[in-house]
Amino acid sequence: MSAHNESILREPLITGENITYSKITNDVLVPVENKPNKAWWIGFGIAVAFALTWVVTISYTFWVGLGTWGLNKTVGWAWDITGFVWWVGIGHAGTLISAVLLLFRQNWRNSINRSAEAMTIFAVICAATYIFAHMGRPWLAYWVFPLPNQFGSLWVNFNSPLVWDVFAISTYFSVSLVFWYTGLLPDIATIRDRATGARRRIYSILSFGWAGSVKNWQRFEAVSLILAGVSTPLVLSVHTIVSFDFATSLEPGWHTTIFPPYFVAGAIFSGFAMVQTLLLIARKVMKWENYITMFHIESMNKVIIVTGSIVGVAYLTELFIAWYSGVEYEQYAFLNRISGPYWWAYWSMMTCNVISPQLFWFKKIRTSIWASWVLSIVVNIGMWFERFVIIVTSLHRDFIPSSWVMFYPTVVDVLLFVGSIGVFFTLFLLFLRVLPGIAMAEVKLILKSSSDQAKQKLIREGKVDPEQAEFYKNSLEKYDSVSKTEYANI
Amino acid sequence: MSNVKYILGHFEDPDDLMHGIEKLQENNVGIYDVYTPMPIHGIEEKLGYKRSRLPIAAFCFGLTGTITAFSMIYYMLVYDWPMNIGGKPAFAMPNFVPITFELTVLFAAYGMMFTFFYANHFFPGRAPRVMDLRATDDRFIIAVDAKANPYPDKIENLLKDAGAVEVKHNERKYVSYE
Repeated sequence: MSAHNESILREPLITGENITYSKITNDVLVPVENKPNKAWWIGFGIAVAFALTWVVTISYTFWVGLGTWGLNKTVGWAWDITGFVWWVGIGHAGTLISAVLLLFRQNWRNSINRSAEAMTIFAVICAATYIFAHMGRPWLAYWVFPLPNQFGSLWVNFNSPLVWDVFAISTYFSVSLVFWYTGLLPDIATIRDRATGARRRIYSILSFGWAGSVKNWQRFEAVSLILAGVSTPLVLSVHTIVSFDFATSLEPGWHTTIFPPYFVAGAIFSGFAMVQTLLLIARKVMKWENYITMFHIESMNKVIIVTGSIVGVAYLTELFIAWYSGVEYEQYAFLNRISGPYWWAYWSMMTCNVISPQLFWFKKIRTSIWASWVLSIVVNIGMWFERFVIIVTSLHRDFIPSSWVMFYPTVVDVLLFVGSIGVFFTLFLLFLRVLPGIAMAEVKLILKSSSDQAKQKLIREGKVDPEQAEFYKNSLEKYDSVSKTEYANI
Repeated sequence: MSNVKYILGHFEDPDDLMHGIEKLQENNVGIYDVYTPMPIHGIEEKLGYKRSRLPIAAFCFGLTGTITAFSMIYYMLVYDWPMNIGGKPAFAMPNFVPITFELTVLFAAYGMMFTFFYANHFFPGRAPRVMDLRATDDRFIIAVDAKANPYPDKIENLLKDAGAVEVKHNERKYVSYE
């Protein structure tokens, strides 16, 4: 049945009074059906300015070549691969929310999965730009695929983790796109059936003819579940394979078996931070406080503490193993990270990723919007430093001291990175304008079981144990979308 | 006889909708289809729809992906152009695992998606077969074929008794999308 009663002890996933199915549609479609507000234009203007910077710098890079970057003969990977791994990692939260949380029946994913999946797609696009750019001759990018060629069909080397990475990233992008778009069909149909004129025609094409019949929905649910099932191992494999790019080499600091789980945890960590960064603003600007509630924010913060702590344990394990291995190159690589010329990068990483997320153990901080937002930015910065530390401080001093150098980024390096953030935000802001940022059908699904009004009704009707009702009321304290005075009288 | 083709019962609540289906079934009124803005769990069993076979299709596509990937890598690396890399065997099976896995997932996902589109007749630009515009917004709609069940008043009463907020007698099957 659609409306089984959920335990009263669970916090509500939808707050607000008189929420009806049509109110959900209206609230979610406000940005899609109306002219954008000032906040959107300001954000979009800034994002486009950065995106144009990206266009200019990437064009310059393609025109002139990789000499525009700060790379040298020792440090052959730096900001490019740092940016690539950073963006791919950010993408992981979207798939985690949409796939893993679906398998675990975590209903709070329903109102954040759509934006998170969109974020995944845009983040992987940004990551892909680095892949193309770092090839140096992007017009030969098809060489990474096993295509018949003029060299008597000399195939690509399938023993190379870089080739695995090509397959992993392209599969990841393709499957995420399918997952996202299939999920969007019913919501696009909703926009279509409310629109008129040219908008109706456009959304009609995009909706693929969705009608919402029993068979449509039955197959839709089967597809969602199976896609979630295959995406779960996929998302874990993708960052595992990204970590193989490093771990299968012999470079001190890279050649470690801990990399796959450590990278996956880091990816989820940074991805959730980016979801927080985006949604805390989106819920405010779009007035979605009733759908993306404090419970969602707190749950995401809890995921951030867990994954941040896993990452912290991984850092300490790396240090211990480097010492315990007795390999002097390995030992030096880590000594150099901690106290070498890039000590500030290492300690920024440690502070941002390991120490500051521990603040979320305090409920006050975990349920504060400002603190959550600031810490999510801190985590994003920390995770960028993590990749920088792994890549640059390992490469710049490895086996032969005569080859030791420092890496200095050029203006192009910096602008390319800042610009890619602009590209990401431009795409995300456009997404919010043309497609529903909250999966309407999925939120409607939980309205009768998990909303505050449904739970209040049960309390009013005396269907729940008063002690549990009291517990429930107390759990609403933290909600910024629930007014406490109204609660006094039930 | 009237020109009414379909009778649509509009419900505001999914539980009332389920009740309406029960009522119609008790009175042997055939239900053409049900249109809802969200999935209703348990409705397929009630209406006697069979379990979807899409997961089987997904498995078969996945298996195709596994076989394709493995045989492709085997052909290229072991049969067509084996390379001597430090004297290691050309058939380095563990190295085949990542790409075999990725292509399994890719084939399963895309194969299932296209099967899903094919089974539902979905494609970009298809004219939507929508009976009522609010079925994708806030109304849960039972459609009854009026020609097969030529007793509109009885159907209307049954639907209203079950909690339908509105009953429509439509002379056109679908909302025009021209």
